[in-house]
Amino acid sequence: MLSKRLISCLDVRDGRLVKSVRFVDTKDIGDPVSAARRYYEAGLDELVFYDITASSDQRGIMIDVVEEVARQVFIPFSVGGGLRSVDNCRRVLEAGAEKVNLNTAAVDNPGVISEAADAFGVQAVVLSMDIRAVSAGSVPSGSGSMPSGYEIVTHGGRRATGMDALEWARRGEALGAGEIVVNSIDADGTLEGYELKLTRMIADNVGIPVIASGGGGRPEHLYDALTEGGADAALVASMLHYGHYSVDSIKQHLHDRGLKIRMTD
Amino acid sequence: MIHIVDYDAGNQTSVKRALDHLGVDSVITSDPEDLVRAERIVFPGVGHAHSALETLGKRGLDDALKSAAGQGTPILGICVGCQILLSGSEETDLPCLDLIGGRCLRFRPDDDALKVPHMGWNALKVDRAHPVLRHVRPGDEVYFVHSYYPAPGEERDVLARSRYGVEFAAVIGRRNIVAAQFHVEKSGPVGLKMLGEFARWDGNSC
Repeated sequence: MLSKRLISCLDVRDGRLVKSVRFVDTKDIGDPVSAARRYYEAGLDELVFYDITASSDQRGIMIDVVEEVARQVFIPFSVGGGLRSVDNCRRVLEAGAEKVNLNTAAVDNPGVISEAADAFGVQAVVLSMDIRAVSAGSVPSGSGSMPSGYEIVTHGGRRATGMDALEWARRGEALGAGEIVVNSIDADGTLEGYELKLTRMIADNVGIPVIASGGGGRPEHLYDALTEGGADAALVASMLHYGHYSVDSIKQHLHDRGLKIRMTD
Repeated sequence: MIHIVDYDAGNQTSVKRALDHLGVDSVITSDPEDLVRAERIVFPGVGHAHSALETLGKRGLDDALKSAAGQGTPILGICVGCQILLSGSEETDLPCLDLIGGRCLRFRPDDDALKVPHMGWNALKVDRAHPVLRHVRPGDEVYFVHSYYPAPGEERDVLARSRYGVEFAAVIGRRNIVAAQFHVEKSGPVGLKMLGEFARWDGNSC
């Protein structure tokens, strides 16, 4: 039996760690390499680095961060943000990442999912989806209808795509994504729990692992996402970055409640 | 000095970084001559057995690995580098290196909840004591990413098992060869300790 995975997401801008709260204001909370090493040593299962660097001429800094992380951290990690092409993906994989996270680039050009899967294998391609509920009675902000009730958005939720979230998840899998991150823009930064209904709906309809994201604030939220939400892994940020909980306390909670979790010394 | 086989398999750099971290000298090579003369070899791998075998053949690395194995050079296979040490694989019609008898089989779980590839952390159960597995304790978890698993023809070649729908061989070995289906270089302290033990291993299984 596979263990449920605890993953932490580190947002990086110009080589520094930041945490977006509702993707609006960000504040610097330190060095991504030392944070990564600390979490690795604490027994975290996997890491995600998201490059939110605004200007493309600063992107080289991220490659340096990835290389340095790979020299110090011996668990799998993925990198996303600003990856537009197979060549971009190859650069971060060669720098030491196991996987790439495709988000906006895949919305703009779904073919990049298959190209990356062909080049590096499905296990190396994570489709990251930012999702917003279409509120009852309102007209979806993008064009077209949303049969699932959820819409794919980009630019931190500021831009609607008119794409139905469930359809996009299925299509992403068919194109060659090996995992899916279900990131609820509505729940992100609230620390009030994952969007369970959304996570469950996606998990029930794809055959690849689903990572719950957005809203994790307490260990019981992760338990809910990994059981009721049907997720294979849960992603946390603020809960860990601000020191409210440790990797160990979260894992201990999940373990005590009967989930299979990798426990370390 | 450890020679790491480079056949565009993807994870040779990660293996080198893990060895660097342990303070073990290593070099990445695609030269068959280097392998024949090597003191110790890590044979890594990610991806497909078929393309791996093609690249190995093109570079003459398949024969070099067989020579090194025959000379008693300690060899550590990882993931695809573990799978193609066997005689054959369901993934390809090409013959594999046949250094350990048996085949690689595809996971075909009856349970829909078991997704393929088998990706993530899973527990090891050691069947046979081996110097490279000295520090592995019951329940230690390691990181797997694979759709095919090794099925050695002889039970005695199975060193440790894991379970995913079926029980499968997670570490196999014979004489101077030991091989792990999981990513030793990404399995945290458990994997690093295995690499450290491999760097000291004299190639005797007992």
